Amino acid sequence: MGKAASKNMAGRLLGWMDERLPVTEFWNKHLAEYYAPKNFNFWYFFGSLALLMLVNQILTGIWLAMHYKPDANQAFGLIEYIMRDVPWGWLIRYLHTTGASMFFVVVYLHMFRAFLYGSYKKPRELVWIIGMLIYVALMAEAFLGYVLPWGNMSYWGAKVITSLFGVIPGYGEQIVEWVRGDYLISDATLNRFFALHVVLIPFVLVFLVILHLAALHQVGSNNPDGVDIKKLKDENDKPLDGIPFHPYYTVKDIFGVGFFLIIFMGIILLKPDLGGLFLEHDNYVPANPMVTPEHIKPVWYFTPFYAMLRAIPDPLWGAVVMFSAIIVLFFLPWIDVSPVRSIRYRKWPYKVALAIFTISFVGLGYLGLQSGSALQKLMAQIFTVLYFGYFVFLYFYSRYEAKHHYYKPIPERVTH
Amino acid sequence: MTEKVNSNRRNLLIATSVVGAVGVGFAAVPFIKSWLPSERAKAAGGPVEADFSKLEPGQMLQVSWRGQPIFIVHRTPEQLAVLPELNPRLKDPLSDHSIQPPFAKNIHRSLKPEYWVGVGICTHLGCSPKYVPDMVPQPFDEQWKGGFYCPCHNSRFDVAGRVFNGSPAGTNLVIPPYMYEGETKVIIGQMAEGEA
Repeated sequence: MGKAASKNMAGRLLGWMDERLPVTEFWNKHLAEYYAPKNFNFWYFFGSLALLMLVNQILTGIWLAMHYKPDANQAFGLIEYIMRDVPWGWLIRYLHTTGASMFFVVVYLHMFRAFLYGSYKKPRELVWIIGMLIYVALMAEAFLGYVLPWGNMSYWGAKVITSLFGVIPGYGEQIVEWVRGDYLISDATLNRFFALHVVLIPFVLVFLVILHLAALHQVGSNNPDGVDIKKLKDENDKPLDGIPFHPYYTVKDIFGVGFFLIIFMGIILLKPDLGGLFLEHDNYVPANPMVTPEHIKPVWYFTPFYAMLRAIPDPLWGAVVMFSAIIVLFFLPWIDVSPVRSIRYRKWPYKVALAIFTISFVGLGYLGLQSGSALQKLMAQIFTVLYFGYFVFLYFYSRYEAKHHYYKPIPERVTH
Repeated sequence: MTEKVNSNRRNLLIATSVVGAVGVGFAAVPFIKSWLPSERAKAAGGPVEADFSKLEPGQMLQVSWRGQPIFIVHRTPEQLAVLPELNPRLKDPLSDHSIQPPFAKNIHRSLKPEYWVGVGICTHLGCSPKYVPDMVPQPFDEQWKGGFYCPCHNSRFDVAGRVFNGSPAGTNLVIPPYMYEGETKVIIGQMAEGEA
């Protein structure tokens, strides 16, 4: 058997496949002949890293489910069983728990990239909206997963979050009972949360990720200059500033994966709970409905919104403000109507506003981890106003930009 | 295209779709309702009896109902007498913004003034407050006249579960539905007819 013969065999097999399944067509459309701008920078690693983390969560999650039972009497003990007795169980569990936090790190940076380069703007509105749906599904998934170890923080976290439904006027109490399946957080709650965490939400997430990529590949990727690479094409009708995703960006992304894994594995092997930030101390105590943890706080990726909830004295309005903070993001493509996408060609007011917005969000995240003194409450209120103020500012400022051409000259082609 | 539409067929199509949608709606009901508390959960969450015939004045008894601690306090005449004069120091002295059955929306927040029945969970973040009956100054309150003190975040309540100014908790302790069965026995989780 020569080399030519085997190549021929492979070629014939592919031909046989292609007649029945569009393998080559799919490969070309989404990888080998998907033209991406040639100037992707550091910020463009996080999309592929998010995909990596999704695969990590699904894989480690399936393996965890092999050793875990959603039973209120056993769940807490089974986590310790996984950590101590199951071969390599500690690694699989830490990959999953630290992975959840790193997933959010990557997703927040991925979203910030969209703010920097205007990736949510026309024609990528649906890419953004589907991405926001992924973010919301991810938050639901993370919350549900946090309840499963059945530690005391799991229990009380679930109690606080499900109590949020109680602020709904009129039917609040009934809805809370419906969500919990009992008059308190109990075995029934744990069971349904497990079902949602391992079946329903993962299905939804994978489906949304496919839609996210399909919408992206329909309109093409944005880039740090925010210029449209499809306008200028060569004699072969390929974008002058585009390069095929494979091999150029697959290789670049694999390099990013290597770098990311050094950090990820470094955390897992040296400090998997990151000093209580990724895994909280109170969750090493079994769930107890009669004893409240000293200081109830969510995991870091929820704290910006938790800080808003606490900053508003009225529970109903607190919940409204908290959910509005997420809902307003869905409307970003229509709030920011400026023709300029990239921050590189927007003038200083936008840069200042984005800096204040970022500081407010990070500041809220910090305050959400604290116990909430009077000063901290005031600061949270100020940051909440600044958070929403960004969108109000952007609504008017982007219209001013569009009307008076208040921006720097935008190049025809990508720069760096 | 539109000219070729057979309106009879189109109407049938619409009618079929509507019937189908209604069918889907009905089919969804069992799935949504299966999330409601099961019969077992309902039985476990049913009313509980508490007999406090042996409770001396000033003492407190704790029972559990639906996984929550229920405090039953036998209040002394002194404790009751002090309630009206505390009003200026309270956030919600008349319980306008607090949760309780209608019969407990009064100054002593109970059916019978001597006996107080309440949910022993702080309305701030759900810790369980401690019963501190002595009417002597305390480290956390120099003018203490007896009541409940939450060690988690220093919320303070009087012996009627009414929250003091300066507490992180915003509302008074919750009063569960309950009814008397005899002189010194209550059924928690159930109200006498006409009370609801």
